[in-house]
Order: sequence, then structure tokens, then C-alpha cells
Amino acid sequence: MSIEAMSKTGTMDKVDLKALISAAADTIAAHAEELTTLDQAIGDGDHGLNMKRGFEAVRAEADQFAAKPLPDALKAIGTKLVMTVGGASGPLFGTLFMALGKEIFPEPDRANLATAFGKAIEAVAARGKSQVGQKTMLDVLYPVHEALLQGRIGPEIVAAADKAAEATVPMKALRGRASFLGDRSIGHMDAGARSTALLVRAVAETIEGHA
Amino acid sequence: MSNVGIVIVSHSPLVAEGTADMVRQMVGDEVPLAWCGGNGHGGLGTNVEAIMGAIDKAWSEAGVAILVDLGGAETNSEMAVEMIGEPRAQKIIVCNAPIVEGAVMAATEASGGASLREVVATAHELSPS
Repeated sequence: MSIEAMSKTGTMDKVDLKALISAAADTIAAHAEELTTLDQAIGDGDHGLNMKRGFEAVRAEADQFAAKPLPDALKAIGTKLVMTVGGASGPLFGTLFMALGKEIFPEPDRANLATAFGKAIEAVAARGKSQVGQKTMLDVLYPVHEALLQGRIGPEIVAAADKAAEATVPMKALRGRASFLGDRSIGHMDAGARSTALLVRAVAETIEGHA
Repeated sequence: MSNVGIVIVSHSPLVAEGTADMVRQMVGDEVPLAWCGGNGHGGLGTNVEAIMGAIDKAWSEAGVAILVDLGGAETNSEMAVEMIGEPRAQKIIVCNAPIVEGAVMAATEASGGASLREVVATAHELSPS
């Protein structure tokens, strides 16, 4: 069932978690070099490798995760990311999944998905002591949440995520390693914003593909 | 040991070990002490699992004060505390203080039997904010 269909019926077929994990790990692996290049410009250059390590570790245990109820699976995936991604991204992406798992229903409808996603974003903001406009993954997460709340369909959500990641280019970094660069952080896309947009696309397209 | 424990978390294992060495030589052995540093893959960084291990090693019923260097060390330390969970989590505090001076001052305070709150306050006095 598509995200569009979810918005009409308010329900969702059982989430194919294995397909989602596979799509997420594929896109991170395919873009690992790009993420590393982005991170080299204004960070410490380990984002691509770190994210790839983490999502491959999740992929390696996809069967175990998929056997759990969705909330438990998301919490376990979050914990795995915390332990394997490393850097500051591990706790941030891990917190996103762990908090999502705390709030989501075993068979979420669209309203629950939007609510849970909103709570998860707040948890990431608290973990990173950050807020919107500071050139971070939050600058993609908030617009995606807004699109979900507005009942947007999959391709529109993907477009919102890509546009939001682009919008981090002119921002000045105020959190993370990039903030040490001050004005020199302007003109580069934030690597965490880019990886977040990639994950949003992978999830949306996988769910659409099962329409 | 009933004194507050000290954990040192740096992106660099050399900095973490060196800081711990200063604490041992300047303060002594009366304080439970552990350090960790590096991303677990040979590079700079911090690692939640290693931080949890260091907290275990320096654990004291009086609590543990963690000294960190850069932002990621703080984020990962806070994550480690959360994953350790209650009841121990409420006795672990990530200090806002420069790592070397903070570790030595906090350990000095801890070696005299001070409470976790006093140990952390001593470290925080080193930070302008």
C-alpha cells in the first residue's frame, strides 16, 4: 500500500521491514563516497564510512529485526546503529530509530506514523542539543515531518527532503565539527542532511513500490 | 571503593590515556578511574560501547563523573548513560569542563570523599559558561 493510499484509508499493510532495511543499506552504500566527500569539506570525513558500517551491520541481522514487532525492531535497529556507526552520527541516527520505536504502533496508521516521527525528531534535537536552521539532519527531518502532517504523497515527501538537504548549502553550521569553521561552512551541503534525505527516499520508494 | 569514579572520554586514545596518567600521578589511586578514546577502528572518535565499558570499570556507588573533549564525546557519553539506564544512570554526570584540568580537579575533589554533586561542581568551576 502506498503512502498516498495510507492517507486515504488511514491504515497500512504490515511494513516489509526487510525490504526497508535493504533499501536503506543499499542507498547508504551507493552514496558512501559522496557522503564522505561532503563530510571532508566541513567535517572530519568519516560520515560515509561510518553510516555504511552501521547500515551493513543492520542488514546483516535483518531477519532477526524483521521477526520482531515493529516497535521492538526499530528500537533494536537504533541500538545497533548507536553501537556500530560511531562518531556523533551513531547516537543521533540511533536515537531517531529508538525514539520512533517507542512511539510507533505495531501496525501504524498514517496519523501514528506522523506523531511518532515528530516525537523521534524531538529526541534527536535533544540528543544533539540542536534546532532547525543549524545545518544538521534536523533541517531535513522537520520538513519531512511537515509534509507527512500535510498528507503529502511519497514523491512529494522525497522532493521535500531533497530540497531541504539542498537548503543546508548556504547555512552556517552551528552544531558539530563543522561549526568550528564558522563562515567557511557556508557553501557545502551538510552530510547528515544528505544521508537523511537519502534514507527518506529509500523508505518512501520502498513503501510506494509495494502499492 | 566509595569515592566518586572518574571516566575520561577523548576522541584520541593518547589524550585519554595521558589525562588518566596525569590523574594517577597527581591525585593517586584512591579514585576509581577509567578512560577510553578512538572510534574502535583505529581512528579518532568516540564509541558508546567503549564508554559504557569505562563507566563499568570506574563504577562507584557514590557515582561517576565523565570528562569529555569535543561535542561527539559528549553526545556519545550521554547516549551511553541513557543505555546503562536506571538506577545507575542517575549517578552518572557528564561534566561541562575542559578535559585535562577537569579530570585532575574532579579527581582531587573525589579523592577527599566528596559527593558526586561536589565533584561535578568543582569541574564546572573551570568552565566560563
